[in-house]
Parts: sequence; structure tokens; C-alpha cells
Amino acid sequence: MFELLGVPPQALLGQLLLGLINGAFYALLSLGLAVIFGLMNVINFTHGAQYMMGAFVAWMLLQYAGIPYWGALVLSPLIVGATGIVIERLLISRLYHLDHLYGLLLTFGLALIVEGLFRQQYGSSGLPYTNPIPGGQNLGFMFLPWYRGWVVAFSLAVCLVTWFTIERTKLGAYLRAATERPDLVQAFGVNVPRMITLTYGVGVGLAALAGVLAAPIYTVNPTMGSNLIIVVFAVVVIGGMGSIAGSIVTGFGLGVVEGLTKVFWPEASATVIFVIMAIVLMVRPQGLFGTPR
Amino acid sequence: MKTKSMLLGGLAAAALCVGTTGHASAQMSDGVIKIGVLNDQSGTYADLSGQGSVFAARKAVEDFCKAQKCEKIEVVFGDHQNKPDIGAGVARRWYDVEQVDMIVDTPTSSVAFAVNQITREKNKVFLNSGAGASDLTGSACSPNLVHWTYDTWALAHGTGSAIVKQGGKSWYFLTADYAFGHALERDTAAVVEKMGGKVVGKVRHPFPAQDFSSFLLQAQASKAQVIGLANAGADTINSIKQASEFGIVQGGQKLAGLLVFITDVHALGLKTAQGLTFTEAWYWDTSDANRAFAKEFAAANKGNYPTMVQAGVYSAVMHYLKAVHALGSDADGAKVVAKMKEMPTDDKLFGKGTIRADGRKIHDLMLVEVKKPEESKGPWDYHKVVATIPAAEAFRPLAEGGCALVK
Repeated sequence: MFELLGVPPQALLGQLLLGLINGAFYALLSLGLAVIFGLMNVINFTHGAQYMMGAFVAWMLLQYAGIPYWGALVLSPLIVGATGIVIERLLISRLYHLDHLYGLLLTFGLALIVEGLFRQQYGSSGLPYTNPIPGGQNLGFMFLPWYRGWVVAFSLAVCLVTWFTIERTKLGAYLRAATERPDLVQAFGVNVPRMITLTYGVGVGLAALAGVLAAPIYTVNPTMGSNLIIVVFAVVVIGGMGSIAGSIVTGFGLGVVEGLTKVFWPEASATVIFVIMAIVLMVRPQGLFGTPR
Repeated sequence: MKTKSMLLGGLAAAALCVGTTGHASAQMSDGVIKIGVLNDQSGTYADLSGQGSVFAARKAVEDFCKAQKCEKIEVVFGDHQNKPDIGAGVARRWYDVEQVDMIVDTPTSSVAFAVNQITREKNKVFLNSGAGASDLTGSACSPNLVHWTYDTWALAHGTGSAIVKQGGKSWYFLTADYAFGHALERDTAAVVEKMGGKVVGKVRHPFPAQDFSSFLLQAQASKAQVIGLANAGADTINSIKQASEFGIVQGGQKLAGLLVFITDVHALGLKTAQGLTFTEAWYWDTSDANRAFAKEFAAANKGNYPTMVQAGVYSAVMHYLKAVHALGSDADGAKVVAKMKEMPTDDKLFGKGTIRADGRKIHDLMLVEVKKPEESKGPWDYHKVVATIPAAEAFRPLAEGGCALVK
């Protein structure tokens, strides 16, 4: 049987699939960021904290209200999305006339505050959350846990629905028009500020959704988001800031690249995405799928 | 810097520290014994040390003063944020400006090394409970240091040898790619090989990492009987959580957590953590005194139970106060530590023990196994004590550490 650089092909197939699964998280998180940046021009650094809030709210729903995973999958994004709407109305909306940098600083500060509050209340070591669909299927080349299969299928569906809504529906057309010329769209009688607020709510909801998906497999602790958010920003930059399709394709693609690195050079697996980011920025500064602004 | 210091009421006369300059000639330097708890107050190790260690130090002072007449004793605390530069800054300020006589706890080995150095320069006392690196009593040993609760050598030997004895002969390591992980892997591999086992492979993962599925799959493919987790904190929790998801344990492979705290078990939940075997220096449900301490601790710490690190802080502070009393002075750090080494240790949490010439505190360790959910009868009822590792075998032999104080 032939081997590729000492790795049997079955093992490689398994690692490819795992990469794809991890890519699903990157895609879902970068999708939310891309929606918010693409339609609002806000670099949402609170995204990681909102992902963490999604996981914590799922835990709280189970702990205090007895609502299981499937209920949390719907409720948690709604609750966290609602907090996002409040934040947008109270704080972010006041910064639209300023440079991007101010929005970035504000959302970064908010992330630190949110993490601090959760740590104060729930400690630093994390909370348990049981896997709702244990077990799995032996595919011959690897053992695929049912839960991972669910994550990849569900994320893909969410990504496609979001892409379709923004790129192919009338509502999406309004949203994109409002980004380009808010004054003109408003003149046609569309309530642009409300649309922007809801967009932020949806973007935040997507982060929370990823958080709920993560709760059964990653540790639920206040810093879970800050570890991930840097990678996700790199994904968004590589895909092209604000490009919906770009963030989805790059998310899955980089998951696979990272997965393969974990086999051939595990020590470098945390760095490989940033190396790619540096190369992309040099060769194609607008990102793989972005258009020059 | 968000370091906070707080004077503690009760026994401490808060007004004393302000405006009082040091009188080294007095019985106690500046007339007060001042203890600084330096640890992680806000980051990943805040639960296993943090405010819990401050509580333990206060409790030791309270118990000490209940048993006999005592001087003015103050406890202050600071946050090193797991960064050596910040930890060193706090230590210097405490020693130079705030007349702190002793620093206790200090998890995160890199910070511990920095504080150890400064303590030696200033001739104060450093009692470490939280950090793991066994080099603290090896190449970095100091006449001003006692390493109290555990170290990497003890964990590697306790867990490694027990599992090989149970038949786990072939090992695969999942190692955090930094100094601590490498040390833990090296020490454990040495034990495994010495006892006739063999290491079939290893993978070094970035620190910190989020997803371990790829590494776990490699470990699974190695067909090793035991997967040794040479990592800590969130990395360990993530590895175990995902190992359960991928059916590693059901598939017949055993997980060995090389550094696991009870707070990690709490974070995992028994359903996921059950069956995990590891080494502990202290567990709350082993004696009436321990249970009483844990109950009081939980009431003051949001229901959390004490870790071995926090119990170690209690024990260390208690012995320090005894030594200072016997000596009649806290002014000369090296003399205090020499006195601590001379006196046998004895307190309600750790029982009887000794401190070796290299600064290593010696006591029994235990091998514990995490209970099944149905075996657990109450909150934090997590461990089954499988075996006791006698003090004489638990720690690295004195001659092997390479400590300059050992002749």
C-alpha cells in the first residue's frame, strides 16, 4: 500500500474530514464577521465574546431552565442577538460617522468587559456541557462522531442560507444597497437604521449559534472566544473583508489546510493560517474573494 | 497594572502598615508579619489558586492565632496574570516598599522562577504551592525557597508508574509544545521506559489549542494502550472532552492526565471525566479535618471546593508561622527557611511531613480515579483514592536533582 510522506491514505482521508469539520466553525464565525463588516463597515471585535456568550447561554438554559441543547440552538442566538441589538443601538450606532478604528476599539473594549464579567461570575476553569448526540459511525478510515457530522451539515446549511439571503433575495439587495448609498435607499422609504441594527443582531446571532455548536466539544469558559477570534479574523482577511462567499469558502478551506498541517508538522498548525494570511496580503491585498475598495 | 492589594481585617491592624518604616532590629521586621499571596487572580489558573489561596492563607493565620498568642499578621494579595515580568514587579514592590516578609502560592512555573530569584536576592521567603517545575528544587534551588505541594517529577512518577503497573505498557504522548509540556513528557517517558514500558509515539500540539481531534486520531491510530496528556488547564479539558467524543476510552485506550486539578474535573463533569487516573497531593474527602476545611472554604468561594494548591497554601503558611515563632524573628529569610527545614511539619490538612535540604516538602501523594456519575454522592464528590504513594517514593531522590545546597 502506498503512503504519502509516511502517512497512510486512510489516515489522510480522516484528517481531511476533520479539517472540514473545524472549517465549519471558522466559516460560521467568519460569516458573522463578514456580514457585519460587509453591511455595516464595523470590525466587530466583540465577536469572540459573543460566541462565548452563546455557549454560556446554552449552559444557563440547561442549568436554570432545563432547556436542552436543541432548544438552546434556537433560543441562545435569539437572546445573544438581542443583546447585540441593544449594544448597536446604545453604543456602536454613535460611531458610524467616525473612522473604523473607533468601532474596533469600542468592540474590543466591550469584549474585555464581557469576558471579565463572566469570569467573575463563573470562574476561569469552565463548565461542563454534555454531548447531545453521543456515539458515532466507523467509516472504515476513521470514527466519525455523530455530533461532528451534525455540526458540519448544519453549519453548511446555515452558511448557504445566509449567502442566498444576502446575495440572491430582495432583502439582501436592500441591505447591499444600503451599504453603498444609505441616503438614497432611505429616500426610497426604507428604514436604513433599523435594517442596520437587525443586521448586527443577525451577525451576533451567528456567533452565538457557533457558540452553542461548540459547547459540547470545546471547553465552555470565558476565554474560549478570545482564543479563536484571532484565527477567524485571519480567515476573514484571507477571504476578503466583507465577502460572504469568500468567508465561507475560506473558512472550510483553511480548516482543511490546518488539519493537514496537524499531521505533517503539528507544531506549526497554529501558525499556518497566519503565514497564508501574510502571503495573501502581499499578493492580493483585497483577499481571495474580495473586490478592491 | 491591575494588581490589587488589600489589607485584611480581623487579626490585622490595617492602620499599622501605613507610615511604618521597617525596624529590622525589632523582633519582627516593622513589628508585623506580612504575607503576600501572589497568584493568578483573573486568568486560567484563577480557580485553582486565586482568591481561594487568599482564603486559605487567612484561614491558616486565624487557626494559628487561635492556638496561641500571636503578633500582628497581615495577608495581602496580588495578580501576576501568569506573566513573569508582572509577577517580578509585584514581588519587588512588596519586598522593597511594602515590607512583605514572605510570598506564597505563585502558580505558573515561569513566574515562580522569577519570584524565586528575587526572593533570594532580598533574603526573604518564598513558599511555592502552585507551580509545577521540579527544577525549583533542582538546578534553581535556593536557601529561601520551599516547594510545597507537588512537582512535575512527582506527577510523572505517580501517574506513570501506577499505570504501567496496571498493564499500560505502550504510551503515546499528547504534549503541549512549551517547556512545561516537554518536561512532563520527558519525566513520564523516563518512568515508563524504566519500568519496562515503551513510548510508541508523540505529537506536540500548539499551546493553547482548541481542537484536538486530529491529534487524538493520530494517537488512536498508534494503537498505544495509554495516551498521556502532557498538558494542563483548558488544553487538558479539551483533550479529554474530545477523546470522549471520539470514543477513545470505549475503544480500549486509557487516558492518563499528567496534571489534573479537581477544578478541571468539575469543568468536565463526571460523565466525561470518569475513569481518569491521576496524582493528587491532597483531596478534601479524606479526613474530618479536610472535610470541615472544604465546607468552610466552599461557603466563602461560591461553592467551589479547595484544590491541592489551595490546601498547600494553608499548610505552608501554618508551618511558616510556627517557624517564625520558634525563631522569634522574621527578618532573615534564609534563617526562617532553615528553621522550617529543621522542624517537622504537622498541620490538620497535610498531616506530618518534612522539608528536605533542597527545599522540597515531603509528604504522601495519592493516586486517584474519577468516579462514575452514579458513584458520586454529593457536590464535588469526584475522586476515588486508588493508592497511596508513600512520601519516601513520591518525590525525586535528593541526590538526583542537582541542587547546589545538597552536599
